[in-house]
Amino acid sequence: MQASGINVLFLGRNFARLIEGLWVTMRISLLAVLLSIPLGILLGMFMTLRHPLAKAVSRVYLEFVRIMPQLVLLFIAYFGVTRAFGWNWSADFSAVLVFTLWGTAEMGDLVRGALQSIPKHQYDSAAALGMTKWQTFAHIILPQTLRRLLPPTINLTTRMIKTTSLVVLIGITEVLKVGKQIIDVNRFAYPTASLWVYGAVFILYFLACWPISLLARTLEKRWR
Amino acid sequence: MKYNFIQKIAALSLSAVLAVGALASCSGSDSKVSGSDNSGSNGQTKASYRTVDEIKESGKVVIGVFSDKAPFGYVDENGKYQGYDVYFAERIGKDLGVDVEYVSTDPASRVEYAATGKVDIVLANFTVTEERAEKVDFALPYMKVKLGVVSPDSAVVKSIDDLKDKTLIVVKGTTAETYFEKNEPDVKLQKYDEYADAYNALLQGRGDAFSTDNTEVLAWAIVNPGYTVGIDALGSADTIAPAVQKGNASLLNWLNDEIKALGEENFFHADYEATLASVYGSAANPDNLVVEGGVVD
Repeated sequence: MQASGINVLFLGRNFARLIEGLWVTMRISLLAVLLSIPLGILLGMFMTLRHPLAKAVSRVYLEFVRIMPQLVLLFIAYFGVTRAFGWNWSADFSAVLVFTLWGTAEMGDLVRGALQSIPKHQYDSAAALGMTKWQTFAHIILPQTLRRLLPPTINLTTRMIKTTSLVVLIGITEVLKVGKQIIDVNRFAYPTASLWVYGAVFILYFLACWPISLLARTLEKRWR
Repeated sequence: MKYNFIQKIAALSLSAVLAVGALASCSGSDSKVSGSDNSGSNGQTKASYRTVDEIKESGKVVIGVFSDKAPFGYVDENGKYQGYDVYFAERIGKDLGVDVEYVSTDPASRVEYAATGKVDIVLANFTVTEERAEKVDFALPYMKVKLGVVSPDSAVVKSIDDLKDKTLIVVKGTTAETYFEKNEPDVKLQKYDEYADAYNALLQGRGDAFSTDNTEVLAWAIVNPGYTVGIDALGSADTIAPAVQKGNASLLNWLNDEIKALGEENFFHADYEATLASVYGSAANPDNLVVEGGVVD
């Protein structure tokens, strides 16, 4: 009777379009991740400052970004900024900006936690061995911090990749939206297309996130 | 004490990053703000719209359309935009003498697109409502619709009373959502962001019925055996029109003249034949949907 929905994936340029959509997803999320990690490390160090102003500033920033849904942030950056100030930021720029702000906040908190989890005696022992502050940081604190940071950072990265599906609401056609377009066009001819298309999207997301997990595993083994 | 070194690095680098960011945003904003001041001098809001002359000069018109709502606006298997709205958009581009750049919009974001001038024109099956007209300027209509309700054959919803204590699926930001919220508070609404999700929800039985424009549900029911449109004309007749940013009189007037001129050649009937006829088949009379020259009788 009905043609199988899997054919939909190979109609015209559909498969190439899905790959292009995945590229859009990866371009935005990886750019945001690459910016978030160094900025987040700086923020995390800033958060460990004892200065009350530094604490207040980082606290407000962290809570603001963490409490606001990313969708609201996207709308503010894309439409709100244009409305309020007349600055016409492109959708791509708004998306990278919002995901970098979010990633930096989350990464900052992870770094803060990792830094504070290093026991005080590590600093004391290093001092007793006559190490300078820089030596202590570079040889004692940093390696331990990085090891502790690896798993949560990978978590954050894959979470950011998946959350970029929200950018469709500011007009960016990423992999999930391409999937929905394909399903919609074929909803009459191939009613079962959604299963296959969502399945393909699932595999594409998996293929995108899997190498990152592998990299993390390799690094963890090497650092053990 | 132990953190002193880290603190110094952190404070220094963070302030450097902040300073660079502040500088960049300041210098970026200067040019943009002065630009928008010029164009917005005759409007009261911060306008970023482009006049017809500016569009012609730039060589392209930016039009917001649906990309997953066949047969009005969708993307075919070759990645090309198609549909009733797109057919009209192509003609607008041709008559302006410019290329058309499509932006994919969703029901929940299309008002913002027009209101902020992110696109020149929104042609996304946009029903004219008073509420929306406060935020955007609508040109003359090119289509008219009422609401329809589609439900499974096993439990056809034939009137609003049938919907009491049942779950109705709607898409966020559509007229159906507003209508039921305002007039039928007893009906439980289940809201989705996108059409594809809403249809899947109905197919999976997550709700008892789905309501949106009657054109849409009629077309869907024809190709989905087992589903019937029990209510095919609910609410008042709504018109569908292009929208531009509030205050963009230049483009609005051009669109109105265009729609009047196209009425003389029965353009929207041709559009119907090209894009909708095959979907509605004999079930619909084009005169019930198409509006020529902006005149709704």
